[in-house]
Amino acid sequence: MSGASGLVIAPILLPLLAGAGMLLLNGEKHRSIVAGLNVGATVALVCIATILLGLSDAGTRDVYRLGNWPAPFGIVLVLDRLSALMLLLTNVLALASVVYSLARWHRAGAHFHPLFQFLLMGLNGAFLTGDLFNLFVFFELLLAASYGLLLHGSGLARVKAGLHYIVVNLAASLLFLIGVSLIYGVTGTLNMADLAARVHAVAAESRGLLEAGAGVLAVAFLLKAGMWPLNFWLPTAYAAASPPVASIFAIMTKVGVYIVLRLSLLLFGEDAGASAGFGREFLLLAGLATILFGAIGTLASQDTARLGGFSVLISSGTVLAATGMGQVGVTSGALFYLVSSTLGIGAFFLLVELIERGREPGADMIAVTREAYGEEVETDQAEGDVGIAIVATMGLLGVAFIGCALVIAGLPPLSGFIAKFALLAAALHPADQPGGAIPGSGWALLAVLILSGFATLVAMARAGIRIFWASPDRTVPRVRVIEMAPIMFLLFICAAQTVWAGPVIRFMQAAAQSLHAPADYISDVLNTGSSSRQAEGK
Amino acid sequence: MEFVLAIGIGTLAASGVWLILRPRTFQVIIGLSLLSYSVNLFIVAMGRVRTGAPVLITKEAGDSARFADPLPQALVLTAIVISFATTALFLVVLLASRGLARTDHVDGQEPEA
Repeated sequence: MSGASGLVIAPILLPLLAGAGMLLLNGEKHRSIVAGLNVGATVALVCIATILLGLSDAGTRDVYRLGNWPAPFGIVLVLDRLSALMLLLTNVLALASVVYSLARWHRAGAHFHPLFQFLLMGLNGAFLTGDLFNLFVFFELLLAASYGLLLHGSGLARVKAGLHYIVVNLAASLLFLIGVSLIYGVTGTLNMADLAARVHAVAAESRGLLEAGAGVLAVAFLLKAGMWPLNFWLPTAYAAASPPVASIFAIMTKVGVYIVLRLSLLLFGEDAGASAGFGREFLLLAGLATILFGAIGTLASQDTARLGGFSVLISSGTVLAATGMGQVGVTSGALFYLVSSTLGIGAFFLLVELIERGREPGADMIAVTREAYGEEVETDQAEGDVGIAIVATMGLLGVAFIGCALVIAGLPPLSGFIAKFALLAAALHPADQPGGAIPGSGWALLAVLILSGFATLVAMARAGIRIFWASPDRTVPRVRVIEMAPIMFLLFICAAQTVWAGPVIRFMQAAAQSLHAPADYISDVLNTGSSSRQAEGK
Repeated sequence: MEFVLAIGIGTLAASGVWLILRPRTFQVIIGLSLLSYSVNLFIVAMGRVRTGAPVLITKEAGDSARFADPLPQALVLTAIVISFATTALFLVVLLASRGLARTDHVDGQEPEA
């Protein structure tokens, strides 16, 4: 255990304390203090996540034992490359979203800032925990906060979408519990590392029960990840959410993807005996189906927010299908893709509201935006504008739109292209058969990815033409620096990911390699207790 | 005992699933509650069903098989608290939807007959 292991729990404690403190200060007159606290806490989280990313790249896993109980008995937090990467991605996206909300959206309802911090706490905890039941608790935490955030701004469309979202997620939580208890009933442990160590020793007659448990558990995660056919709620809910919320929700599907990636490789990796590779074909096929469903959805969607919702599905489906391939190279490409597409979609959700703002009401604007619009005009007059309006707004919006479209569709020169290239290059040259024939799954992934990229491009081009060219009598929207800066920040990270693609890919490869070698994870987690006790004894 | 428990869990789950699929929000919330009861019972059952076994392992050493497994009971407590809280939260959204849409249909509007 390294000296900084105390820092591992900071991404959970900091939002908890910040959120609780904000609840005490809530109310009209403390709004600026609360907003400042939220931004401050999120900036601190980004810094902590960056430090943790640096620590994780040293190659050792930081295992933090809550209450100092040794691993199989107590709950552990595990920091490795993948969890550090997800932490940083979450908090960077959160920073952009919270800064954007300061312009107007945080005034649209009560408790935006505390809920936001609790959502971050749930997300960070879900990425860090090494215990299945603790994962359930963090999942419920982030879901409870997300219910409140989805309803932020109120209005009929949000309440309707929120009702469906809550029912679907409550049902998924119950499936989660069934899966966890089945796995516990068979193996007698909930610690992920201990579980992975015991999977190969499960008796043949209980193996069916274990796999059923894992399957039920996976359904709960895949529903969050938005896998077809469990994703009909997603585009509606994401399109109804207020823009900063939709933007941070872009990472919420990735929680499901992350858990599926981690658990499928940890529990059903090469060492899992008869269960090795359980569910992989299913993940591959369902992932491909999700991409196709998302591609058809992007072509069919009439408004830009739904277009964003379907892009989320394509992004999740791609990573899930890549997980189903079960190869180190494909996984590292998928991680690169995950980061770039999440940032791109997050920026897109923020941008949608800005460009819709200038269009004449009633064009094909969704009812929600219009309602929120009506409310805001009054607030604006009452409280005045926050931030400075930008000159050359349309040009800037157009550039940002093209940037988002390039990242999401995967065209050069931005990071989306490199991500898809890395993914497909690895899928077409499997490491286990060098120079041999390209497997059918590689061809299928190639075809579906290129098709979905093309569909996204067509849909994006159509939306762009409609918004920027085909409506000459539109009023130029008033956009503030504080709203434009987060979008540019996210796109700048995508650009940086392109320029420094080499080091980033190297990191992703290291992360993928350690994911595909679960034995190290198991020994790191289970032996932490004994090694640190020895250290104390010396 | 196992048989009664299994029948009970099955009945609760079946009623819950049926109610969730109904079009009125109140039926959905009752369905979710029934489902969560059945899942809670299921978690307890996964710790093996036995009567008269103490939960805590006492000082005198013995065969751990004589004791009931305490972990599922801790899990079920957590699950009860969480499902109670989320049900309350759902109730609020249900009332908001009823107030805004003036109907208790899950889609916020009556289906066209």
